[in-house]
Amino acid sequence: MNTQVKTAPIEVSQVEHRNTGMPLDLSVVHAVQVNTQASQRRAASLPGRRAVKADAQSAWLLKAVTCIDLTTLNGDDTEGRVRRLCAKAAQPVRQDLLDALGMGDRGITTGAVCVYHRFVAAAVDALAGTGIPVAAVSTGFPAGLSPHSTKLAEIEASVADGAQEIDIVITREHVLTGNWQALYDEMRDYRAACGDAHVKAILATGDLKTLRNVAKASMVCMMAGADFIKTSTGKESVNATLPVSLTMVRAIRQYREMTGHKVGYKPAGGVSKAKDVLTYFALMKEELGHDWLQPDMFRIGASSLLGDIERQLEHRVTGAYSAAQRHPIG
Amino acid sequence: MTVASFFDSMDYAPSTEDDSAARQWLATHEGRFGHFIDGEMTEAGEGFATIEPATGKTLAQVTQGTKGDVDAAFKAACKAQKAWAALPGHERALKLYALARIIQRNARLIAVVESLDNGKPIRETRDIDIPLAARHFYHHAGWAQLQETQFAGYDPVGVVGQVIPWNFPFLMLAWKVAPALALGNAVVLKPAESTPLTALLFAELAQAAGFPAGVLNIVTGDGATGALIAAHEDADKVAFTGSTEVGRRIREATAGSGKSLTLELGGKSPFIVCDDADIDAAVEGVVDAIWFNQGQVCCAGSRLLVQEGVADVFHARLSERMKTLRIGTSLDKTIDMGAVIDGAQRDRIAGMVDRAVAAGATLVQAGTTPAEGSFYPPTVLRDVPATCEAATEEIFGPVAVSMTFRTPGEAVQLANHSRYGLAASIWSENVNLALDLAAQVQAGIVWVNCTNVMDAGVGFGGVKESGFGREGGREGCFDYLKPRAFAKAPIRKATVPATPKGFALDAVDRTAKFFIGGKQARPDGGNSRTITGPKGEVLGQVGEGNRKDIRNAVEAARGAASWGRKTQHNRAQILYYMGENLSARADEFADRLRAQTGVKADKARAEVSATVSRLFSYGSWADKFEGVVHMPPMQGLALAVPEAIGVAGVICPEESPLLGFISTVAPLIATGNRVVAVASEAHPLSATDFYQVLETSDLPGGVLNIVTGSAATLGRELAKHNGVDALWAFGTAELAAEVEALSTGNLKRVFTDYGRAWDWSAPEAEGQHFLRQATQIKNIWVPYGE
Repeated sequence: MNTQVKTAPIEVSQVEHRNTGMPLDLSVVHAVQVNTQASQRRAASLPGRRAVKADAQSAWLLKAVTCIDLTTLNGDDTEGRVRRLCAKAAQPVRQDLLDALGMGDRGITTGAVCVYHRFVAAAVDALAGTGIPVAAVSTGFPAGLSPHSTKLAEIEASVADGAQEIDIVITREHVLTGNWQALYDEMRDYRAACGDAHVKAILATGDLKTLRNVAKASMVCMMAGADFIKTSTGKESVNATLPVSLTMVRAIRQYREMTGHKVGYKPAGGVSKAKDVLTYFALMKEELGHDWLQPDMFRIGASSLLGDIERQLEHRVTGAYSAAQRHPIG
Repeated sequence: MTVASFFDSMDYAPSTEDDSAARQWLATHEGRFGHFIDGEMTEAGEGFATIEPATGKTLAQVTQGTKGDVDAAFKAACKAQKAWAALPGHERALKLYALARIIQRNARLIAVVESLDNGKPIRETRDIDIPLAARHFYHHAGWAQLQETQFAGYDPVGVVGQVIPWNFPFLMLAWKVAPALALGNAVVLKPAESTPLTALLFAELAQAAGFPAGVLNIVTGDGATGALIAAHEDADKVAFTGSTEVGRRIREATAGSGKSLTLELGGKSPFIVCDDADIDAAVEGVVDAIWFNQGQVCCAGSRLLVQEGVADVFHARLSERMKTLRIGTSLDKTIDMGAVIDGAQRDRIAGMVDRAVAAGATLVQAGTTPAEGSFYPPTVLRDVPATCEAATEEIFGPVAVSMTFRTPGEAVQLANHSRYGLAASIWSENVNLALDLAAQVQAGIVWVNCTNVMDAGVGFGGVKESGFGREGGREGCFDYLKPRAFAKAPIRKATVPATPKGFALDAVDRTAKFFIGGKQARPDGGNSRTITGPKGEVLGQVGEGNRKDIRNAVEAARGAASWGRKTQHNRAQILYYMGENLSARADEFADRLRAQTGVKADKARAEVSATVSRLFSYGSWADKFEGVVHMPPMQGLALAVPEAIGVAGVICPEESPLLGFISTVAPLIATGNRVVAVASEAHPLSATDFYQVLETSDLPGGVLNIVTGSAATLGRELAKHNGVDALWAFGTAELAAEVEALSTGNLKRVFTDYGRAWDWSAPEAEGQHFLRQATQIKNIWVPYGE
């Protein structure tokens, strides 16, 4: 079985198409308009417009697996816990199920494993040869209130340990006070510190509260060179929602119209059911198009989603509802 | 296709709703249906096929309703109605509640049958039409429960003939049937020729649930059956939803019959995108506005008015959005649009689009349509010439036309430059601007930052040639009720003027002119008529008005539009002032009443003081006839605002020359209308004397114009005039019939007593019934939330 070719072909295209950013254009930021109720209506009607069933559903769920940043971000994480997660990332779905679905030879892995800096080296070691990148949350995750120099040092340390992706958190104060220049400068510095590692900007949308704030922060972070924009740390009281996602993907679309750069999207937290992820795919497909259905442009930050997908896939194969313990623990 | 191929393509796969239960239901009827009359399904008779628009295949055979069928249905309805109305409100509420539950229990079956028969996506029937229909029955069950306290003094209209269209077959049934039944009426309903099945299914479910026989009758058939229902002598009311053209015919057919009438007709509703709108939200709004139900929606936002500065980005994004719309068969759960109703409709749409393109519009189309079935792709006609029919006429298909505007004022001008006035959608993130536009657009429904949102608790209906009457909410209930007070009024006795004897005694000639635009004006024809007292004594002369005098008076009234924008307080002050000035001259007016009609002094004085009181009443109402705030099931409000209709003609009653005149004119003025009044034909001098009261009362010129002469002649002219928006006729039964028939040019709202002389001194002769006739409710939907 080929365990080498995972997300590698996509990695190449990522290098070629990184968002180089642009000068901060405040006129664009100030012109942002988001109507909350209209966004909610669009989000609410989408699942009813796009049912995905049968083979297509299994395919979409397997695609979702390849887009998962399999994550553990807890105070009681240990190296042993992280290595167990890495093993799950490399074989996220039982081989017999993949074979039954005709997908046994596709080398299905998760998109990445996401950990704190402390466990980057262990994860890189555990994933050696799998092609699965390690993502590190950084910059004083989750609150992002450490000294700026400490944050930059944290990014550099994770990159040095082998992290290929850095999930930074923005300083929410900059958004809440409308200090777009400060947000832009901060993001620029993070991007520079990442070097060749890709940078995902976590907006912590649950802290930003309004969709207007979310849209403006998305736009500023993209102007400053974010490769991905990401909703949440998973620690806010509200994580990824469909209206927030709609707002962010529309910002991505607008940024692409402005610059030609494609920025990726990562909802995190709040996507825990297989059914939810189908709706997220439909949202990406409808609002951004096919390119955003692949792991180089779409990631899902999740810990429990995989388990639900595994159960759904087994149900599809056997016709019987499944249970968690029938799938290897992650 | 395999999992692997879907994994690579990430395409959607058709996902089809199971229709076996629906097919089974059709099979149990062997695909043949009769009518539902007096609680029983009749034998299937001669008729026609109803087809599946998505495939063109026949679904079932239904029966063409004959005169005999319609007669039988009305006979059953008449027999059942009294007992139904006599039930306590709570009993009727329980029955309506049961119907709501039946709909919910059978929601999926109804949704599938509806999608098959109409061609619309199952998503819409499942998620919108059927739940909203159930909500209508729940909401109106509540009105039945509360009827005795909330509508005291009102009775049900009686037996109602209802004719509904094919675009929302089941939802329109609910809109029509729920309020009618709730308030104690019985119904004879004809579903559209092409979509009769869910009405029959509903009848069957109601029958199985033990709904009382005869209260609800369904007769299927084509337009000929509809005409039989609309004209039926036992119909106390006709309620119609459909085209403006058929609405006009029904208005003509029912003219003078005394039938209550509500018409919910066509539209060409503006969709206004301001430069501060959330453009993506507005683009999605267009999807909901014109590609909902394939654009076959009377309130569809079919005229896109986009502010110039954002027009290019708006259209660029709209064009992109159109590419992701999916078109397919109605039971596919992955589509946005289904088939239009039939091939003829598709060809009609295509013809209008082709002609618009030939006239210079830019065509934007997207989407792949299935080879079979009557499909038409989503379409935008950009920069459509204002002169082409696609820009002004209802297309009733998935086609929006687009124009640009420069300023909010121009948006209003373009929006209102239409014969129609059903709905409007306004997109702006500035609440000041959005509400300013909402106040100015002429429409029965205004959606701020949303579109095609409906609820049973919020009245739906149009202004201008989009019809009259409201469906839903308290405002809609009144269209299924009638005031008890006037039910037994006697037929008005014709006044035969006495033969003039001798000459007027005044040394100085006082021939009354007309009062037009705040000034006295001579009759255009240069003729006058002699006015006599009861014994033939000559009291004076008044002008003999003709059509040109009406033209001039209407012109003056239209010019006084600022009256509607005055504050209610200001209007109240002027009405009080009129009362005050009349009071100061009470003796003179009382003498004049005695001279004209021969009433005794005390009665004459009583009429003057009742008139002063009436002016004070309407002055009082002027700042108290308020709208309500509906609370639909959303985060937001719907503001139900009573608005002036515009220019109203009034044929004043013969009797009570002063009180009748003020009783009909004052409610209109109080609510911001401008009036062209035709004074009591036999006794016009009280009205002409009133000029001097008006001249001293600060009423702006043109708000009240008074013409004298033949009520029949002048009434006809007012009825025909397309600049007159409402006509109140309190003359003969013949005149009522004539003006109703002539009112179809612009479908003006007619309020008449059908020649029954009401007692103008009765308390019921003033107040809310008149104020409701003088206004129309505009519902402004304002969702909020940041």
